[in-house]
Amino acid sequence: MKKIEAIIKPFKLDDVKEGLTEIGVRGMSVSEIKGFGRQKGHTEIYRGAEYTVDFVPKLKLEVVVGAEMAPQVVELIEEKAKTGSIGDGKIFVTSLEEVIRIRTGERGKEAI
Amino acid sequence: MINAGDTAFILICSALVMFMTPGLALFYGGMVRNKNVLSTIMQSFIVIGLVTVIWVLWGYSLAFGPDVGGVVGSLAWFGLKGVGLSPSPDYASTIPHQAFMIFQAMFAIITPALITGAFAERMKFTAFLFFILLWSTFVYSPLAHWVWGAGGWLGNMGALDFAGGTVVHISSGVSALAAALLISKRKGYGKEQFIPHNLPMTITGTAILWFGWFGFNAGSALASNGLAAGSFVTTHVASASAALTWMLAEWMHHGKPTTLGAASGAVAGLVAVTPAAGFVGPLSALIIGGLAGVICYGAVVAKSTLGYDDSLDVVGIHGVGGTWGALATGLFASTAVNPDGANGLLFGNAGQLWVQFLSVLVTCIFAFVMTVVILKVLDLTIGLRVDDEEEVRGLDITQHSETAYSL
Repeated sequence: MKKIEAIIKPFKLDDVKEGLTEIGVRGMSVSEIKGFGRQKGHTEIYRGAEYTVDFVPKLKLEVVVGAEMAPQVVELIEEKAKTGSIGDGKIFVTSLEEVIRIRTGERGKEAI
Repeated sequence: MINAGDTAFILICSALVMFMTPGLALFYGGMVRNKNVLSTIMQSFIVIGLVTVIWVLWGYSLAFGPDVGGVVGSLAWFGLKGVGLSPSPDYASTIPHQAFMIFQAMFAIITPALITGAFAERMKFTAFLFFILLWSTFVYSPLAHWVWGAGGWLGNMGALDFAGGTVVHISSGVSALAAALLISKRKGYGKEQFIPHNLPMTITGTAILWFGWFGFNAGSALASNGLAAGSFVTTHVASASAALTWMLAEWMHHGKPTTLGAASGAVAGLVAVTPAAGFVGPLSALIIGGLAGVICYGAVVAKSTLGYDDSLDVVGIHGVGGTWGALATGLFASTAVNPDGANGLLFGNAGQLWVQFLSVLVTCIFAFVMTVVILKVLDLTIGLRVDDEEEVRGLDITQHSETAYSL
């Protein structure tokens, strides 16, 4: 099993979610985060004074799938979240040891 | 003779002006960081309590009581002794004396509350309370007497101040400068970001201020008459035009029209028209407001190069806007608008501008020096600032044991 975490631009969420649902991903979590990479921050103006805000709002999407499906998911997120300009985000893939569905007690792939 | 219409109008205007101080609390509260929003709101809100008590006991008497040498009122009206329900012989002859007194109380309340923007996010609450007590007694009351009190020397000299450009705005703006210099910068100023935490709160406050200002300026006619209607119109026109010009100035200077800019402009326009409201016509108000938006924007931008931490720009908006308004009154005043006023420079009376200039100068010097003295005394006795750790944790939790937002 793999856990795929994707940091994406907030306005790309709908495209990514629809794409993932179409290829059969049945669940995901999303959270609002702030961070920066090469994009650095953005500028805000208050009463004529400019402030550089380092941490910009992004979304973190978390999806857990079977190992065989992971490349397809990564490819889809890559395609859907891309604008080509700086700040498109990153995708992290990690191996996952165990998944448990609390209601039924199922373990492993069954519980995804 | 008590006039029912005038009395009803002034009582409603008093309520409108009262509402400005909670409006100011929101205006300021939105601009600070979320760890200081309650303490900032409190510094306006509790002034309603404190100054009302001062006003009833001795403040009103010092400001409007029987004149002592043109400088101050006597304590003959201590505890509102003799301030009754029939009209005063000296002030507003068609409304109960107490109606005039309570209308003036609301001005006495908002003026020191305006100063709090300069030392937001770092002043000790006890020091703040003593500051308000002393400032209200030794700065506001005498100044109100000079300009509006029967026998006051600035009023006798012919200085025009319809609703408080010198007494309210220049005095608070200049005192704010003194306070910002004496209390010095917030910890991390220039290194950390001090970004407003809730601008919708600030905009709400602006709307309340604008609404209440009709009571402030139109009510200063002290009667429900044509002068009140004229002041209502000039007030609105100046505010509207300043909101536009500030927005445009910032747009041209920084590339974006901001909501905080529009709100700040509206307040700057209200400040500038305050001394002029009952002495100028609508088109003059348009110009006074329009220039106020640009001038005050410039003053606020200049702050960062001058290097003092007037946290919420009391100096740039009230000090500079009030000064512009007082001088503009000396330019645009016209006896065609108000026969009890005077003509300004543009209507052939250059002398009026000189009188206005003198009244500004005197107010600046008096308010600055007195504020420095008061704050020095408090600094040496109880200390002005919270300690570094309290400042970092925020004033809400350290001064009041509360937090505004919980998750």
